[in-house]
Amino acid sequence: MKKLLFALTAAAAMVMAVNAQAADKLKACFVYVGPIGDFGYSYQHEQGRQDVIKHFGDKVETTYLENVSEGPDAERAFERLARQNCNLIFGTSFGFMDSELKVAKKFPKVMFEHATGFKTAANMGIYNARFYEGRYVMGQIAAKMSKTGVAGYIVSFPIPEVVMGINSFMLGAQSINPDFKLKIVWVNSWFDPGKEADAAKALFDQGADIITQHTDSTAPLQVAEERGKLGFGQSSDMIKFAPKAQLTSNTDNWGPYYIKRVQAALDGTWKPDNVWLGIKDDVVKLAPFTNMPDDVKAMAEATEKKIAGGWNPFTGPVYRQDGTEWLKDGEVSDDKTLLGMNFYVKGIDDKLPK
Amino acid sequence: MNILEAVLITIVTASTPLLIAAMGELVVERSGVLNLGVEGMMVMGSVSGFAAAYMTGSPWLGALAAIIVGAVFSLLFAFLTLTLVTNQVATGLALTLLGLGLSGMLGEPFVGHPGVRMDNIHIPGLSDLPLVGGLLFGEDPLFYISILLVIAVSWFLFKTRAGLTLRSVGDNHGSAHALGIPVIGIRYLAVMFGGACAGLAGAQLSLVYTPQWVENMTAGRGWIALALVVFASWRPWRVFAGAYLFGALTIAQLHVQAIDLNSLGFLPGPFYWLLAALKSVPTQFLSSLPYLATIVVLVLISRNRRLTMVNTPASLGRAFVPDR
Repeated sequence: MKKLLFALTAAAAMVMAVNAQAADKLKACFVYVGPIGDFGYSYQHEQGRQDVIKHFGDKVETTYLENVSEGPDAERAFERLARQNCNLIFGTSFGFMDSELKVAKKFPKVMFEHATGFKTAANMGIYNARFYEGRYVMGQIAAKMSKTGVAGYIVSFPIPEVVMGINSFMLGAQSINPDFKLKIVWVNSWFDPGKEADAAKALFDQGADIITQHTDSTAPLQVAEERGKLGFGQSSDMIKFAPKAQLTSNTDNWGPYYIKRVQAALDGTWKPDNVWLGIKDDVVKLAPFTNMPDDVKAMAEATEKKIAGGWNPFTGPVYRQDGTEWLKDGEVSDDKTLLGMNFYVKGIDDKLPK
Repeated sequence: MNILEAVLITIVTASTPLLIAAMGELVVERSGVLNLGVEGMMVMGSVSGFAAAYMTGSPWLGALAAIIVGAVFSLLFAFLTLTLVTNQVATGLALTLLGLGLSGMLGEPFVGHPGVRMDNIHIPGLSDLPLVGGLLFGEDPLFYISILLVIAVSWFLFKTRAGLTLRSVGDNHGSAHALGIPVIGIRYLAVMFGGACAGLAGAQLSLVYTPQWVENMTAGRGWIALALVVFASWRPWRVFAGAYLFGALTIAQLHVQAIDLNSLGFLPGPFYWLLAALKSVPTQFLSSLPYLATIVVLVLISRNRRLTMVNTPASLGRAFVPDR
């Protein structure tokens, strides 16, 4: 009996020692909604994690969970990570919000960060990226490069993030060509290469000569390449798939932000934050401008610089689709309106699905 | 190329994978086995087809690899359900989950690389005919294979002795066994045929439809193929019609969304109003049409018991132990 007791105590001591050792080192954990092999949204977050590993080396331990479905299922994923001694947990999808918040309240000593949401706690901060900034530049390029004056836009779901992107793209295009037309096709999926390719074909067949997308796969760009048309990449630099078609790509570059937050956690200065980062923070990054003449490239670079300097694409005068005034001359939209955006700007010929 | 031809060609590409996968599953179900693992076998075909084509440079070797991998992968299902007599529904679902996970792991090094495309055929003269040239004589090779597959399966099931035997196994495995027919052996072959077809259908996605590899790229097409078999009440030519109906619905709704009604004022009234009406329907509803159509067909055929009885393999999904 004594022997057994001794063995148990020894075992417990060892476990504690291991735990203590683990606690010395910061463990940063990531939860992804898709597979890291999607070459899109989750892939880019994973690249951010890789940047953290490169930057900190042995000082930080990292791990991730991929393909975690949004909703109640996510709660188990976050709880598991919290129990596995993760000190800093990044939930990278909007739909994780409530689950992550619940787990955050249960583990007050663990630091939580949630991407693209709006709920916070004493130990849970939020971060987001102004992807619309890149889309404004893309809209300008489209208007310059299009011969038909029509661009196609392949979209997933009518959430504010997507609507904001469409509006920004259109405002950019209208700044060059006031009569620019946008054909919008909803595929009702974030990721379905086949359907995205079909949508691209339909748009080209109907007169668009440039396409852009708010879905995750490289399929639409591949169609553009095949047809000798033009397009924009999404989330990651897709130039390999469309060397003659990609004009630029609106890439997500989470590395700098993740490194900053891990550093803060290491220093003990971490506090829940509420940030919306953009081109100026290098989180939204436009891939090299290709397949366009020098003057278009110069214009795109100038606009990129202007936005980096603090100019907001949603600066008045801007009118709603029904013709009513939204932003007065010189008025800049507040972030709250953008984050809840549920209307089109003037000139878009589509009914926003509800 | 006019717009009608362009639309039709797009429909063909969208329908082919559904058709190939569903033809395979039709034979499996006709032998009395319900394999819900189509999605998993398909995605294994996508990854192996892409990988083989990428490494060898030959899309044909890719297609061959996908067929082999699909068949071998389905053997796992066959061994579990036929030899070990596990539950077919649960095993099929497990096969799908395994396929999705395994393909993601095996395919990791291939993410982010453009693939090798299987080129469309080109017959000088014929392929250049106006309107029908591209559609009938300039498609990708897998389209022709899919049509041959329908003819072959239809002939095999209803015109050959072997086909009759296979159907008898599916309709009453007890009697077939009593007659000395090797029930288990035939089902093994049927399941492997289904796996091979699913593999080829998956390769169509990664070699023709969208020449690339990304995880979960089948995006539910295996499930549509499964629904198609029921939709077609286990008849090969109805599967063919169904696959093209599903494909056409998908593509048509994308086109309807992109159409600019203002530029179509020249259309005769009824056509114009039809398009206008379609355009006002929520896109979410249009996207779900294939699934709704399947439900409607299921409701209709289950209303008529005799009709259902005639075509449904009576032993479908039921376990068979020879010595009982």
